[in-house]
Amino acid sequence: MARFEKPAEGSWTAHYPELGTEPMSYEDSISPEFYELERDAIFKRAWLNVGRVEQLPRNGSYFTKELAVANTSVVVVRDMDGRVRAFHNICRHRGNKLMWTDFPREESSGNCRQFVCKYHGWKYELDGACSFVQQESEFFDLDKVDYGLVPVHCDEWSGFIFVNLDKEPSQTLTEFLGPMITDIDGYPFHLQTERFAYRATVGSNWKLFIDAFQEFYHAPILHARQSPVAARPEVQAAGFEGLHYEIEGPHRMVTTFGGQGWRMPPEMLKPMETVTRSGLFGPWDAPDLGLDELPAGVNRAHKKPWGLDSFQIWPNFVLLIWERGWYLTYHYWPTSHNTHVFEGNLYFVPAKNARERLAHEMAAVTFKEYALQDGNTLEATQIMLESRVVTAFPLNDQEILCRHLHKVAADWVDEYTRDRAGV
Amino acid sequence: MPDTLLPGQFSELEAFAPTWCLPTERERFAKRMASSMEDMQAFYDAFFPRAEEAIAYCEKFPLDDMPDDAERLLQLLYSLVMVSFPVETWRQAHIPDSGAAYLDLLIEPMP
Repeated sequence: MARFEKPAEGSWTAHYPELGTEPMSYEDSISPEFYELERDAIFKRAWLNVGRVEQLPRNGSYFTKELAVANTSVVVVRDMDGRVRAFHNICRHRGNKLMWTDFPREESSGNCRQFVCKYHGWKYELDGACSFVQQESEFFDLDKVDYGLVPVHCDEWSGFIFVNLDKEPSQTLTEFLGPMITDIDGYPFHLQTERFAYRATVGSNWKLFIDAFQEFYHAPILHARQSPVAARPEVQAAGFEGLHYEIEGPHRMVTTFGGQGWRMPPEMLKPMETVTRSGLFGPWDAPDLGLDELPAGVNRAHKKPWGLDSFQIWPNFVLLIWERGWYLTYHYWPTSHNTHVFEGNLYFVPAKNARERLAHEMAAVTFKEYALQDGNTLEATQIMLESRVVTAFPLNDQEILCRHLHKVAADWVDEYTRDRAGV
Repeated sequence: MPDTLLPGQFSELEAFAPTWCLPTERERFAKRMASSMEDMQAFYDAFFPRAEEAIAYCEKFPLDDMPDDAERLLQLLYSLVMVSFPVETWRQAHIPDSGAAYLDLLIEPMP
């Protein structure tokens, strides 16, 4: 018997009939051939979030983003007019990577007045124009105007910087995001600038980790021992039910309850949670975000008690907004059909004192304890999926978002394949 | 180096300071993984009862202008958070079922 109301059709999944209810194949997560198609069909055509405007605090600030999935690196920069631009990170002379520090495959960031190639000293303005060629007179009919950096489509939404590697993106960023995401507009991300940035290489397909964090059906089981002994029977018996699921275009979201540690008896909490007044759901004492009311897109179904919204922004960007006034992002950057780089960022309103800072530390350390269990389990899933001993897997109603993710991946690959065949 | 690392009223915790006053999560996580449960339990048992007192002491100062000894006390509190998982939850340093998985913290607020 469901604790929380479901749509009139009887289930969240039936509310979106295009998803079906049949067992699912995970061939899309173990096939090198499918991964090769995803690189072109998805990652070279979708808008990709590569960072936030706070990473570019001044004119001349830049950072690079490695996009192995698209065989490129981009450099994102705030130019001398304050405009955020992106370029392929390649010198037009002989193809050297333009901006890097010490290790060519690692990301770098900093501040510069112009881009200077380490190899032969070619220089570029921050708007991409080639401004200097070493021994220019030695070249043959070379006009610097023809040798600017190769631009990448770049746009911002709510302080999140997106790039699109397509020559001519079929949608603007706003069109791509759609109302379900742009309704979050007005949420004060810009006030939440205290950042914990995590990174790991994970031995699974990128979609498997998205699946792991877009269903909470696993949480009472995989993470059972994270609960105090007294709390475990209740946690496991209750299982998990989402308050609200919604799908729009390639994006999806879930609203969940929970995390009201300050209302729990002490025996249901870890002693350190009680001392720090913090835990997995973040600090118990929310900062003042200066909001009279939440933007329409946050807790969009007005559910109580609201705990968090997890927005799964296609293809590989998750935005998770907590009721207690902080947010986190996940990014999943594929590096092969069965490996990817996971990035997790926690953002808080900067602590005003040691007590607030310690509450952030407790939330961040707790996050890592959970994430390590999740990340390791994915490798176990990947290994056995690759056996192909079982090829059809039943997904329940609380796993609706997993069903949607894999359908969208298939749809984008199908559309791309048809376009390419000229059908 | 001063003779003592922590504010005077926390002198009984001095023995733990050289080990656990660590400025970064990377160092604290590594120390936890390399420590015995006996050592972490001893640190936890000595410090946990005084955690609230230590928080109250540290929060008197602006975060960006803390005296060195108070900042080390705050680092000691961060380490208490770190060892609380082995001590309160896992009964071992390693997170169960996390195998060789790692998660590096590349950017963190200081202090």
